[in-house]
Amino acid sequence: MPLINSPAELDTFREDILSQRDPNKPCITLCSGSACHATGSHDVAARLAEELEKQGLAKEVDIRRTGCHGFCERGPIIVIHPDEICYFQIQPDDVPEIITETIKGKKVIERLVYDDPATNEKIVQESKIPFYKHQQRLVFGSNSSVDPKSIDDYLAIGGYNALAKALDRMTDEEVLEEIKKSNLRGRGGGGFPAGRKWEGSRNDPEPVKYVIVNADEGDPGAYMDRSLLEGNPHAILEGLTLGAYAIGAHEGYIYVRQEYPLAVENVHTAIRLAEEYGFLGKNILGSGFDFEVKVHKGAGAFVCGESTALMTALEGRVGEPRPKYIRSNIKGLWEKPSVLNNVETWANVPMIINKGADWFTEHGTETSKGTKIFSLVGKITNTGLVEVPMGTPLKDIIFKIGGGIPGGRKFKAVQTGGPSGGCIPEDQLDLPVGFDELTKAGSMMGSGGMIVMDEDTCMVDVARYFIEFLTDESCGKCVPCREGLRQMLKILTNITQGKGKEGDIELLEALSETAMEAALCALGKSAPNPFLSTLRYFREEYEAHINEKRCPALSCKELINYYIDPTKCKACRMCFRKCPANAIDSAKNKVHIIDQEKCTKCGTCFEVCPPKFGAVTKISGQPVPPPVPEEERTIRKSKDK
Amino acid sequence: MNNAKIDQIIDQHDGEASSLIQVLLQIQSENNWLPKEALERVSQRLDVPLTRVQHIATFYKAFSLVPKGRHGVHICMGTACHVRGAARVLDAVQDQIGIHPGETDLDLNFSLETVNCLGCCALGPVVEIDGKTHGKMTPGQSADVLKQYE
Repeated sequence: MPLINSPAELDTFREDILSQRDPNKPCITLCSGSACHATGSHDVAARLAEELEKQGLAKEVDIRRTGCHGFCERGPIIVIHPDEICYFQIQPDDVPEIITETIKGKKVIERLVYDDPATNEKIVQESKIPFYKHQQRLVFGSNSSVDPKSIDDYLAIGGYNALAKALDRMTDEEVLEEIKKSNLRGRGGGGFPAGRKWEGSRNDPEPVKYVIVNADEGDPGAYMDRSLLEGNPHAILEGLTLGAYAIGAHEGYIYVRQEYPLAVENVHTAIRLAEEYGFLGKNILGSGFDFEVKVHKGAGAFVCGESTALMTALEGRVGEPRPKYIRSNIKGLWEKPSVLNNVETWANVPMIINKGADWFTEHGTETSKGTKIFSLVGKITNTGLVEVPMGTPLKDIIFKIGGGIPGGRKFKAVQTGGPSGGCIPEDQLDLPVGFDELTKAGSMMGSGGMIVMDEDTCMVDVARYFIEFLTDESCGKCVPCREGLRQMLKILTNITQGKGKEGDIELLEALSETAMEAALCALGKSAPNPFLSTLRYFREEYEAHINEKRCPALSCKELINYYIDPTKCKACRMCFRKCPANAIDSAKNKVHIIDQEKCTKCGTCFEVCPPKFGAVTKISGQPVPPPVPEEERTIRKSKDK
Repeated sequence: MNNAKIDQIIDQHDGEASSLIQVLLQIQSENNWLPKEALERVSQRLDVPLTRVQHIATFYKAFSLVPKGRHGVHICMGTACHVRGAARVLDAVQDQIGIHPGETDLDLNFSLETVNCLGCCALGPVVEIDGKTHGKMTPGQSADVLKQYE
């Protein structure tokens, strides 16, 4: 266990690591992020080790279990270096073949490589797959070359170089200036310039200051912070230490959701190793600068992602926000100046110090610099984490990288910014992503969740969903949020259940206005956004629900019925067998009928009806046709005709 | 859970009042729920009023003041899962085990919870049972999965 005492020693140590690594030695990297873990990457890893041993290659081939590669739809993912051969959806039984064919025989296994659905072309190398090709993975890219449990891996890619550079050759003020010049804006949602936040804390006369990582990623549908913290924890620690140096803090906290056990584990390991190597603790790299970091697990409260609430929770109290007459960078944790930035923001810091603010500002738009990681989920072909330069049009993200909408369905809207964000319709898809651009369109950047919706998604229900989420997560401290949201939820629920009435929309607008004006924190102030933006772009859906008791997307359970088209039913009994409610009247060679009384509208029949028949349909806003009379139910087979 | 065990957890956190949430989290993870006696002990040892301990134990979702079932069923209601039909999966699971979210069945076999995003959006809808993730659920499949845990 080496203790590194100076930047020069770090250089020597790094050279030492690199000299022991042969770039031509085969190395199998296996994505072991949470999504791949869930699809069996653990079993694949075990099998890999076992097979290499069995085939006598244990010493000739390295295995590296990395963090998330981003292409979660196709996990578990294996990339074989140095040829960068990329295999998707690996099962343990594929492993022996991979070793004999690809490692030993240098042959590519066709069935495991990426099959481009657009061109039917087989693509072998990771960087040539459209999903990766159109990205610029400045922050997230290192995830796929680092084992998060190994500090040597991080050092091998130049890790802690920025810290050594700052402590050795830059004053604390120069570090701050560099961040200010880079115009790095907070990636957690608000988009406040990080440098200005840091400066406020730095200039405060109070000697005790804190730096905090907000890893309480509670936005449903966003998981980039999780993947970064799990996959590359040292980058966040390095960024945090640089921030501490710039403002003069000696203590830092990582506030991380306990729902992310792997992130908690990996960050603990990273802190322990960084302390052993001398990147944390007393006299870091011999510079005389002291800094220590503690981990605080969140106990499950969305509001604790809000800065003032988070700091209250860190103090061991109930995480309620407070009015921000005094910003928390002046009076934050224990009333001391505290700089709080989210995971992705901190992860950008080492890169800016390494390569300089001028390099950083070459990426992005006029007001939004650098890249942003988006979590591209929902009704999209390539679900995963995507990093693009600010200013990339939404269309490119969704269609070029995301591969468009699966199942031949039509794109309807993309929801950005999480529960506080809004929906963007098809005619605005040319919009470049950036903090201000998204706000102008009635949505926001938020932490970077991007939920794609197709024609089957009901926009009224989406608004209801977010308001329900926020009602549930409201801490209850202020009335507009506690009571206002509850009333909004009630009205929206009624509308989706066909109980909407005239005047509901206006009432919702009035409640929205109050919450936006009077709520205490961002949770309440921005809560009406999902409603307002869906109303702005999809007003006719609200009206159809209220006036015609019809759900145009055929999604709201109370407003739809399932119906078997007697001319299409082939009496295959598929729906009958799968229906969990025994609601299908079926007999051999007889048109099936759904008993509307028994039907729970779970949609199983619709899903299992073979597409070539397509006999089960959804209808809304019209009565269900009466069942076929018994004598007409018999289906004559074609040979009888 | 006995007092000695609770004291041991508190000592790991140096008995600081600010570690209250961390102490409760650890007790919860080892004991599965927070009995009243444990809250009292924590209040006494950390010198935090019992009302505040209870306020915290009821505010944060991770804590339970009633015993939990042997199998924790967590249904992800995150946006990605929602647009892919998580609500229908939840309905099916409720029918299957006969309890609503937040409840535990009488045999203490299942506890059902909804959660907001487990960060496995590519696999939605996701049902997590005893920490194991079951992805791409349909109402029909969820019944088969639950049977493995009875």
